[in-house]
Amino acid sequence: MFEGARALAPVGEVVQRPVLQLVPELARLLPPTGARRGSTIAVTGSTSLLLALLAGPSAGGAWCAIVGMPGLGTAAAAEAGIAVDRLALVPSPGRQWAETVAALIDGVDVVAACPPARLAAGMARRLASRARERGAVLVPVGAWEGAELTLTATGADWAGLSWGAGRLRSRRLDVRVTGRGVAARPRIGVVWWPPPPAEPMPAEPIPALPALEAVG
Amino acid sequence: MTAPSRTIALWCPDWPVTAAIRAGEVAADPELPIGIFCANRVVACSAAARAEGVRRDLRRREAQGRCPSLVVLAHDPDRDARFFEPVVAAVESSAPGVEVVRPGMVAVGARGPTRYYGGDAATVAHLRGEIHRRCDVPALAGVADGLLAALVAARQSYQSGSGAPTVVAPGRSAEFLAGQSIEALHRSELTDLLGRLGIRTLGAFAALPAHDVADRFGADGADAHRLARGLDLRPLAARAPAPELITRTIFDPPVQRVDTAAFAAKALADEFHDRLTGRGLGCLRLSIVAHTSRGDELVRLWRHEGTLGAKAIADRVRWQLDGWLTATAAANPEDSTDTDSVDGIADLALVPDQVVPYAGAQLRLWDRAAGAVTDWRTETEAAERADRALTRVQGLLGPAGVVTAVSDGGRGPAGTMRLVPWGDPRVPARIPARAGADRAGVTPPWPGRIPPPSPATVLAHPALAAVTDRDGQPIVVGGRLTLSAPPSRLDDEVILAWSGPWPIDERWWDTTTARRCARFQMVTADGTARLLVVEGGYWWIEAVYD
Repeated sequence: MFEGARALAPVGEVVQRPVLQLVPELARLLPPTGARRGSTIAVTGSTSLLLALLAGPSAGGAWCAIVGMPGLGTAAAAEAGIAVDRLALVPSPGRQWAETVAALIDGVDVVAACPPARLAAGMARRLASRARERGAVLVPVGAWEGAELTLTATGADWAGLSWGAGRLRSRRLDVRVTGRGVAARPRIGVVWWPPPPAEPMPAEPIPALPALEAVG
Repeated sequence: MTAPSRTIALWCPDWPVTAAIRAGEVAADPELPIGIFCANRVVACSAAARAEGVRRDLRRREAQGRCPSLVVLAHDPDRDARFFEPVVAAVESSAPGVEVVRPGMVAVGARGPTRYYGGDAATVAHLRGEIHRRCDVPALAGVADGLLAALVAARQSYQSGSGAPTVVAPGRSAEFLAGQSIEALHRSELTDLLGRLGIRTLGAFAALPAHDVADRFGADGADAHRLARGLDLRPLAARAPAPELITRTIFDPPVQRVDTAAFAAKALADEFHDRLTGRGLGCLRLSIVAHTSRGDELVRLWRHEGTLGAKAIADRVRWQLDGWLTATAAANPEDSTDTDSVDGIADLALVPDQVVPYAGAQLRLWDRAAGAVTDWRTETEAAERADRALTRVQGLLGPAGVVTAVSDGGRGPAGTMRLVPWGDPRVPARIPARAGADRAGVTPPWPGRIPPPSPATVLAHPALAAVTDRDGQPIVVGGRLTLSAPPSRLDDEVILAWSGPWPIDERWWDTTTARRCARFQMVTADGTARLLVVEGGYWWIEAVYD
């Protein structure tokens, strides 16, 4: 009953909403209230960073949708730890972008959307407040006015590839987190994503061969 | 309180196994131990497998441990329903008003046929004979007052081993049910809880005061209680369905393909479900009515009991259409090439049969009103909410507007996943279906594919690029995969690191789809990693690791 009463708290009163679990790489970087239901978290500069942000909630059972990104590498999404059977893609919503995002906010827990080139400020506000009302997390991919948090990938450095040998293995991403309220002071941190593979097993000492004996 | 109507239940045991044999997936050998699995658990097994100790709900590993020669097949409700249609038709030819409880089980009102054929035993014998003659499958039967008692009776006739039908005398259903396990209700959430409260038989459950059950377990619990007392769910006064509750769609041109029909079925089922629940109503049975292009009317009843969600209704409609269309195709195989002469479905209607007030299907108030308490939601509720939202977007953008990725084989950056429209079956195209059952989750190797991590952005159209050496000369990759010089610049960017080639020589046996190319990974000075492919002397940027 208490939960229900809280849900009916008047608008404007602080409602303690559940926080979605993030992958440890990002949880270290974001304030503890990181991916609170109903918030808007913008991601710019890196698709992998977006996938990293969705990976935690998706692994925790949340439904995710990605709108307006026809080139999204779904294999990378699966490797990031996103449950692809709970991931819906709307590659080209066209003119129905706002209607699509609004409909998804009603039923999907995390909605990532690449906004069209020109989006009216009023529409952005309406979508953010709809997400707040429905308890979904809106993740605009690109600049977004009024986002609680903005994650910007500012630099990257790949490991594993050398001159003519090796392969891409992991990447150090410099991420700048800005936002409002608790996150007003910008934080700069490093995220390894894709994370480096688990530490290789320490090589076991090779047992010394017994000395050869003369046989015969 | 109305007396429950006398009902005959007919049950084809191990139906999923029979359907798999009909589909030609395994040989029809009674000695062969066959297990049908869903989510790694046994759903059904053949008599030979049962003799070896395989049971329902057993894990695959344990089932194979008990019976090493077990043939493992994947469960496919569509297949079950498709091959069940002839059985339903056989029963219907002798008794009207057949309702399909689920594939493998039908119920038919006993009153009329019993008078016509002269007694319960004679009716059952005739129906079983008809099923055997037309479809060559054994059927078990139970006759009792009320559907639940009839189903339990049919099951008991199986356990007795003789195969003789179990007939419960009129008015004795409550007594008959009292000794049965609570599991017969098929409401796992309720029966789990009752079991923990020490109520393990239907008799013990029926002995509880009805209003207390309704207080504690809600509308669904009250329904279960009525069933346990040997009563029907049928209300005192069943209302005739209001015409506005009937959902109808017209196909122009008539539909002959199952997948086309299935998509229409989905939209129709959603509308049907919304209309009923929006009025706080449920129906006991769902009647699927279709007219063929030749003007024949096809009608089939499915058990609903207010418990079916929109998705479950869509499944049943799809199964039914699949069954009809398969039957039509089998009836006139010679003119299947000439599309005009084949019977198609011209219109389709969903009619609720016996409408009752029903509260159970409504979401709880807080679920709908407040996102703040969404962690209360169960997983299925979350899935249904998401499904509703995604179906709505499909309504805006068309069925292909919302897609979902399925893991599939392939070598390219985009090839390892396949996109299917939301709501379509999530089956991989390149991983053979048979392997799916035996080696679930095992993808065959794709030599030459780029090892993970995969690129986060795959360009829809690869972009032409210039890769040059220190002197500005284009890099050429030879037939033996040697490079003319180390690559130094990609367009105007300095290359810091590179690796490759990963050679691809695909489908060389087919001149139209054959592909010979080599892939490279390159990191440029701005820190961006790209996947390039060289094909026919040209370099293309295929994907970006951004």
